[in-house]
Parts: sequence; C-alpha cells; structure tokens
Amino acid sequence: MLKQIEGSQAMAEAISRCRPEVICAYPITPQTHIVEGLGERVKTGELQNCEFINVESEFAAMSVAIGACAAGARTYTATASQGLLFMAEAVYNAAGLGLPIVMTIGNRAIGAPINIWNDHSDSMSMRDAGWIQLYAETNQEALDLHIQAFRLAEELSCPVMVCVDGFILTHAYDRVDVPAQDRVDAYLPPFRPRQILDPAQPVSIGAMVGPEAFMEVRYLAHHKQLRALRLIPRLSEEFRRHFGRGSGGLLRTYRTEDAETIVVALGSVNGTIQEVVDEMRTAGSRIGSVSICAFRPFPLAALRQALEQAKRVVVIEKSLAVGLGGHLSDGVRKSLSGIVLNGYTVIAGLGGRAITRQSLRQLFKDAEADELDQVTFLDLNADLVAHELEREAQARESGPTAEAILRRIGTVASQIN
Amino acid sequence: MFQIRIHGRGGQGVVSAAEMLSVAAFLEGRFAQAFPSFGSERMGAPVMAFCRIDDKEIRLREPVLDPDALIVQDPTLLHQVDLFKGLRRTGYILINSTRGFDELGMQEFVRGFRPSHLCAIAATELALKHVGRAVPNVPLLAGFAAITREVKLDSVIAAIREKFPPAVADRNVAAATEAYATSQRKTESSHAQAD
Repeated sequence: MLKQIEGSQAMAEAISRCRPEVICAYPITPQTHIVEGLGERVKTGELQNCEFINVESEFAAMSVAIGACAAGARTYTATASQGLLFMAEAVYNAAGLGLPIVMTIGNRAIGAPINIWNDHSDSMSMRDAGWIQLYAETNQEALDLHIQAFRLAEELSCPVMVCVDGFILTHAYDRVDVPAQDRVDAYLPPFRPRQILDPAQPVSIGAMVGPEAFMEVRYLAHHKQLRALRLIPRLSEEFRRHFGRGSGGLLRTYRTEDAETIVVALGSVNGTIQEVVDEMRTAGSRIGSVSICAFRPFPLAALRQALEQAKRVVVIEKSLAVGLGGHLSDGVRKSLSGIVLNGYTVIAGLGGRAITRQSLRQLFKDAEADELDQVTFLDLNADLVAHELEREAQARESGPTAEAILRRIGTVASQIN
Repeated sequence: MFQIRIHGRGGQGVVSAAEMLSVAAFLEGRFAQAFPSFGSERMGAPVMAFCRIDDKEIRLREPVLDPDALIVQDPTLLHQVDLFKGLRRTGYILINSTRGFDELGMQEFVRGFRPSHLCAIAATELALKHVGRAVPNVPLLAGFAAITREVKLDSVIAAIREKFPPAVADRNVAAATEAYATSQRKTESSHAQAD
C-alpha cells in the first residue's frame, strides 16, 4: 500500500510485519521514532506475540537482545551514535555467538564535539564487529532492507545492521510502498534458530575458547560473511520477484557503462550524486556512480567489475578515519588490486553538513581534471581552520578548540546551510 | 520540481506544515518529500523545514537552497535570518502578518516579484480564532494552495485530517478554509491591479 509517511514510521511498519517477538531498545535521536512506532504497535495489539522491553541503557538493550535471540525469539533493536558505542561489547558478542539479531542504526555523528546530526561515524565504528552492514539509499529501501535483513540474518545465523541516514531518511516524509502482512509472511518464514537455549534440552552457548580453536571460530565468522556475498544478491532478487521492486543487493551501478569517472558512496547521498551525474552527462561528461549497499561483507569482486574500465574513482565518505582518510576507500582500493587508476577520497557531510549539488558538481569537475588531492574535505572552511591553527600556535594555553571555533563563527541560526 | 522552504520558530508547527504539504501532494498522485532542517528544536528558536513536489521520484537530498516558494511563519525572523536566500524573482512569498509587504518594509525587496505571488495573511489570528492556539502553519498552507495552486484546498484538508484527531482537525479545517478564501481574494485583487 502506497503511503506518504515518515521514514521511521515506514520502518516501524515493515519491522512490525516481520513479526519480531522481542524488541528491546533505549531511545536515542535519531532512532527514537522507529522504536516508539513499534512500542505503540505492541501496546495497541497490532503487533501480537511480541514483548517490548524498556531497558536502562544501550548496553542492556543488546544484552537483552542476545538473551532473547539465544532463547529462540526473533529479536530487534535500534540505536545510534554514542548509544552504539555504549553497547559495543555486546555488539561484538552478538556476532561472535552467531545470533541473528536485526538492529537499525539511525546514522549519526559521534562526539566529542557532541553533535546529533547525520554522518556514518557510528556504524563505521562497528564495521569489524562481525555484523553484516547494509546501507539504505531511500526510505523505500530502508523499509525493504529490514524485511531482507531478518531473512539474511536467520539463514546465516549472523546479526545484521540496517544503516539508515539519521534525519535525512529517518525524519523525511516520502512515498513508500508498505507490503501487506501476507506478502511479508510468504517471503520471511518463521524463525528456525540454529542454536537455542531450552531447559528441556540444555546446551551452553558462549564457551571460553583458547588458542587451540579461537582462530577457527573466527575464521568461520569470516566464512559466513563470504557466504553472505552470494546470499545477499539472491535474497534481493527473490525480493524483486516477490514484491516487484529492486532493493538491496551488494551494490547498484548508475550510468557507469562507459564512465571514465565513477563516484562511490554509501546511503542517501547517492540520490544527490545521481542528480549531478545526470546533469554532467547531459553536458557531455562520462561520469557514473556506484551505490554500495553491502559494506560488510564488502563486495570486492562486484565493485572491481564496476570500476575496472574507469580512469578514476571518487569515494564520498561520511566518516573520517582520523589520520588516514576514509573507511570506504580502504575497500575500494582493495577491490582494485592490480588495476591502475586515480583514486580520490572525499570526506563529506560530517556532523550533518549538507552535501549539495553545487559542491559535488565542482568536486567532480576537479576530479575529471585530476586536480584533487588524495584526501579532500568537501566544503571545509579553510579560513576558519587556518585562524584556529594560528591561534593555537600563539599560545600554549589556547583552551578548547571547539569553543574557540564556535566563538569565531558566531551565531548560526541565521544560516540556511 | 517545485521546492518550498518554510521558516518559523520552534513550536509553530513548521515541520508539521512541510509534512502535511507533502501528504497533500501525495494525495494528488504526485511525488513529495518533506524534511526538517534538524537541530535547534527549541521553543522559539528559528527553524526551517523543506518540501519538494514533483511528477517523478525525488532523489535530491540537499536542503532547499533555491526555493520556488517561501513560507514565513514568523515575521520577526525578517531581521534575523537570511530568509530569502536562493529565492528567484519568479518565486512566491507567503508571510504571516496582519500588515502588508509595504508596511513590513519590504517594498524595495519585492520589487520585480509578481504581485500575485506575494501574500501576507494574518495566519496567527486565524489560528487563534478557529483553533484557539497561535499556530499559524495550517492557515499558511491553505494560503500556499491558494496562491501557487500546487495543491488543492481539498488535499490540504485531507492532509489536516490525517494529521490531527477529528475535533482538532475540524477546527484546523475551518481555519484553512477561511485562509484559503482570504488569500484567493488578495491574489485576485492583485491580479486585477496588475491588469
């Protein structure tokens, strides 16, 4: 059914139709509306046979999820930003134990400085925790990916994070098609756990493993993700046949057929990138883009195939690997082993800074002329940075940086972007 | 694509206005996207929300930087925020004010705009009269429908009924209906002046 609703509400509807049996969550912006929507559905009885557990922290949320999932319940939670960091230890445990929990990340920056706006720093911090990570480009895809995520998680017995750009998607009203319950039921069978805690047939889960077997257990986690590389496209294709629309998969190419310049990015910024690609194509540029949906497992082979004929690749990153550049670029470079082309890393949109067509247009033109540095910060206020560096050079006791920068730029409430 | 930027203050229903507008467009079979500017969600702080309406899927995710229409829910923002940034002379301006553009000291600024694209309505007063609360968003949406004809009043009313419980919706519908008629009268008279 077509609806014009907030992204968070659309996800809540889709998750509800996946018939989760335990939902445990702690509120944090911008994820809150999703679990509020689910809580409401449990309370009204629209979502039956589901226990909604209010917990005291994110650490507790993931701990309850681990217990519930180990007891054989289809389990869901959601978080963002510092919340994900607070649950970090349990996030690793959920993956290490192979428990197919599905968790939404309403992507948001990590402090300090404290910032509630969107970027990918939070989910990137957990990129190697052993969870599958899928990034949504639109709210329709955010909705669809949750349905695929439960199927994927349960077939592999591996947890899945669905990463959704905070505010840009979670708080946007868009047209979405919410599938009917019977269609979801036909795609997503009831949960048949690979392992279960059952007093009637006692087992232990979570053994201590020494040097004699730890490598093997870890290798099997890696092997599981490699199997996901085959399973993700298969489930996406099955989804397309079943629901009549494409969503998910490892990656999607856009006008890359004869492209000399290819832009690679995760999530909702791909929409804006495609707009600029269209404009530049009309003006004669040979440019295209790749939207990566599966970041873990990383689709090395599929990406290599998409990029191998290009002259240059521009990677747009909404997170910063401080002291190195970007996280996505690492995977892109790995996928290109042995292929010589110019690679540019562009850090953009940190802490919610708008990524505009105007800035992307100039950036891509600079890339076409091979006039970009290896690592570029899009729309960085160079004067502000230079002034602060100068100020810090003047005095050893220069005080806190963020506060000095804020004083320098003055009031921001009057600015449009 | 038609792009709308709504300026107001926290508590004035700026975000809800953009959402309702997107619902109204959706009900007419169009594609629409509404989103807030996020952040300073404090009562009284300057806030913005955006809406895009198109006949095809909307992929663009940047803030509305070059609006076709501007809705100003609080005229005190005129001196605080760079409200008109990116607005073309062919654009529309709808302001919540009991005073006209001249009285607001804007006659110089709006020179070159089509008179029928400019409208000041007493949205707060209409909201107080019908709804009992100083929330000018709904009357302004109706005014938007009247001057731009991007959406029909019926669609705005349907969006209001989706957003609010029945009793509150009824009062908002009354406010919208009066605001629509007032705005239509004003633009018709400016059409007449222009002729």
